[in-house]
Amino acid sequence: MATRAIDTTTTVVRRKTLGETYIGEWLMTTDHKKIGIMYIVTGFFFFFVGGMEALLIRTQLAVPDGKVLTPQEYNAVFTMHGVTMIFLFVMPTLTGFGNYVVPLMIGARDMAFPRLNAFGYWLVLFGGTFIQSSFLFGQPPDGGWFQYAPLSEMSCGVHAAACTPGMNADFWVLGTLLLGVSSIAGSLNFVVTIFKLRAPGMSINRIPLFTWMTLVTAFLLLFALPSLTAAGGLLLLDRHLGTHFYQAAFHGDPLLWQHLFWSFGHPEVYILILPAFGMISEILPVFSRKPIFGYTFIAWSGVAIGFLSFTVWAHHMFAVGLPPIAQAFFATSTTLIAIPTAVKIFNWVATVFGGKLNLKVPMLFALGFVAMFLIGGLNGAALAVVPFDYQVTDTYFVISHIHYVLFGGTAFAIFGGMYYWFPKMTGKLFNERLGQLHFWLMLIGANLAFFPMHNLGLLGMPRRVYTYPAYLGWNELNLLSSIGAFTIGLSIMVFLFNLVVTLKNGQPAGDDPWDAYTLEWDTSSPPKKYNFLTLPIVRSRRPFYDKKYPEIADWKQVIH
Amino acid sequence: MRMPLFRKTKRWGIILSALLLSSLLLAACGENSPSILDTHGPIAANEAFVFYVILVIATIIFVGVESVLIFSIFRFRERPGVPNPRQVHGNLTIEVIWTAIPALVLFVVLFFTIQGLYQVSAQPVGKALNVRAIGHQWWWEFYYEDYNFTTADTLHAPVGTIVHVDLFSNNVIHSFWIPQLTGKTDVIPGHDNQKWFRADNTGEYLGICTEYCGTQHANMRFDVVIDNSDTFQTWVSTQQQAALTPAAGSLADQGAKLFAQSGCTACHGIVGVDVKGYYDPAKDCANFNPAPTDSERCKVGPNLTHFGSRDMIAGGVLMNNKDQCQPGHLENCNLAKWLADPQGVKPGNDMQIGPLTPTQINALVAYLESLK
Repeated sequence: MATRAIDTTTTVVRRKTLGETYIGEWLMTTDHKKIGIMYIVTGFFFFFVGGMEALLIRTQLAVPDGKVLTPQEYNAVFTMHGVTMIFLFVMPTLTGFGNYVVPLMIGARDMAFPRLNAFGYWLVLFGGTFIQSSFLFGQPPDGGWFQYAPLSEMSCGVHAAACTPGMNADFWVLGTLLLGVSSIAGSLNFVVTIFKLRAPGMSINRIPLFTWMTLVTAFLLLFALPSLTAAGGLLLLDRHLGTHFYQAAFHGDPLLWQHLFWSFGHPEVYILILPAFGMISEILPVFSRKPIFGYTFIAWSGVAIGFLSFTVWAHHMFAVGLPPIAQAFFATSTTLIAIPTAVKIFNWVATVFGGKLNLKVPMLFALGFVAMFLIGGLNGAALAVVPFDYQVTDTYFVISHIHYVLFGGTAFAIFGGMYYWFPKMTGKLFNERLGQLHFWLMLIGANLAFFPMHNLGLLGMPRRVYTYPAYLGWNELNLLSSIGAFTIGLSIMVFLFNLVVTLKNGQPAGDDPWDAYTLEWDTSSPPKKYNFLTLPIVRSRRPFYDKKYPEIADWKQVIH
Repeated sequence: MRMPLFRKTKRWGIILSALLLSSLLLAACGENSPSILDTHGPIAANEAFVFYVILVIATIIFVGVESVLIFSIFRFRERPGVPNPRQVHGNLTIEVIWTAIPALVLFVVLFFTIQGLYQVSAQPVGKALNVRAIGHQWWWEFYYEDYNFTTADTLHAPVGTIVHVDLFSNNVIHSFWIPQLTGKTDVIPGHDNQKWFRADNTGEYLGICTEYCGTQHANMRFDVVIDNSDTFQTWVSTQQQAALTPAAGSLADQGAKLFAQSGCTACHGIVGVDVKGYYDPAKDCANFNPAPTDSERCKVGPNLTHFGSRDMIAGGVLMNNKDQCQPGHLENCNLAKWLADPQGVKPGNDMQIGPLTPTQINALVAYLESLK
């Protein structure tokens, strides 16, 4: 074979174009894997911001008559804690995992609209920066993450000048509008990708449950965001163009805000949890060495929850004076939505039961999720009992509920997903011991932080208070809760340390460290830019398992 | 991480879960806490009853599911030599069972829910005391519709009598809550929400604003004093009177003069001093562009005609410890602290006054506490 002589005379050396530099590659990428990582990194950054805000809150509330924050500061901090955690941590991180994993799971090369995908990410970064920049103006949103009117209006009447004359509410509305556009772009992308780009053989009936849940979430976003857009748009008009949608003095109605907001807000909480359900449904089977129990039931429960989530919104409004018949309707719909959720929990437990449990860190987080989410589901069902809700709505009991489902639920799932898929994304395995330390500290911390809040609510402590007096019997429970919060903070430090240590010289993961079942593991770690060299073969719900264990492949045992 | 094999893991699961849940019952024991389980009236009792129903059901489900989970973790963990498990994909029968049974349980709970919500909403027939509760930023005003007088921070009612509350706000949304007597109802501008409650024991209870209403939402409590009917009638008669005039030349008289001349009357009304009588805020302060004559009726701050009879100052941010307010010995007097620096005590509230000298404070305290 003739060797080719290198032509040394006519080589042209030129500068790299922007897209060929390391930074430029990331700035201009439309590759779903890079975009997914950027979403996740951004999401975790905002997790720390929101976490700092949480620690500020708990420091202020650790003792009665706290003097750490002024009331104005506290009100901004609790507002931004909610806004940051919901819009800038959970949603982007779940979108990031979806972005990274879903195309791989369905055997596709990329998302359907790669440039729209990139657009969605950059909007999150800019929207998040925009809303956080409000601190630099000294006018962060301070009306609660739900910004009830008329407190969010410019002024509330002659005897109530203390409404929101500053830009605080405007930052909130414009920020959420920007982020909403990003979510809509992402959702459109997911819907088209999942419907149109599946590998041959992967019917909808065979897509992994994480993909299922991402699909339902995408539809929820598309149908729920218009309510938020309308609510925010009307508020902007009230604040700046002299309309009176929410102002009773001019025959407007403050309750209009609440109906519009919660029409978004309730589907929103399912948006925050369904992808987490999907992650758990991926991790539990792999680490139990058996398939997910009741795939069809879990998938269709997700769809049922999606539909029902649009019928329950006024359970956030039981105390506003709705007619009893309306309250009875919403109590019924809320009770109904508990059923598919319960079915999922039973299916997860049945997946674990009878398995061969590999108690690595992703599995610990998945099991922790089930345990914690059960508590959140039970106290949520309690809140559906209207007469009880009259007593505990707007108290710490509700804060306990939301944190059990959002922290004990979604955050645990996100960390589970992180430990599970990080080896695929980077080719390195997290340190197992540090991961376990992280898990146990976080589990103990979360229960210490949030369980006492049940009691605090029953003992009469309202929400959104910057301090409380020493003689109402709330002191010890608050201190306990603050200790729990700092324990969580400690666990996150452990995670960060693990991250740094692993990125520097972590153990190589290989392509399939967990002996997993779905297609994303049938690639190198990290996957090549094109994902799959040849179209994967899909004959069941566990195509990679089938490939590795052809004698006991699923398609030989059952027909799906 | 190898874990030793726990025997009777299910028992551990039950013990731990039961311990955790039983802490909820401690909720009844918070010292001085306005606990929803420390009920003193039929509505709160009704609402506490449904809590106990929920608690029992939730405990059973919690213990059941968590035990199976914890049991599975120990029983089925990977050990050397354990074969691969059966690849079970599902079981239709069991799915139907565990869909139907929770549905059944939940519908039983729903029955209690709907029954309970109708029970507490319907005001029983019978004589009622009618009070209008007005939410301000950040204090509560109470206008007694039957007797035409106003008080602030304090709601008195006779034991065993239905209290009908009309809720009014001309600013933002608040929420009216007395945990030991009744669940909450929001006070929404433009809406005429109403509620009723009844106290079956005399005593003092705490009322709390429970809807985020701005900077000082945390300090918007009110005092609920349930008297027997004679004490209540006496209280009513006193409250209906104009303010007591202090003896000429006394320290309290100096305070009265200060009150009238130092600008206090810009925000506070005292019947017989700067206002002629009481008024119904819902009628007179509902609009947002009051005519000039309304300025007498819609003062920013609370009516102080009988301030000396109240136990709370400024939405409960301080208690009115009158016995600590002897003239010349005001170190621990909360009213003095309030007058010295209202912004320091309750940052962001509407009372912004220039500094008062200790002499002035001494006189004002004597005057205000004399307004029984």
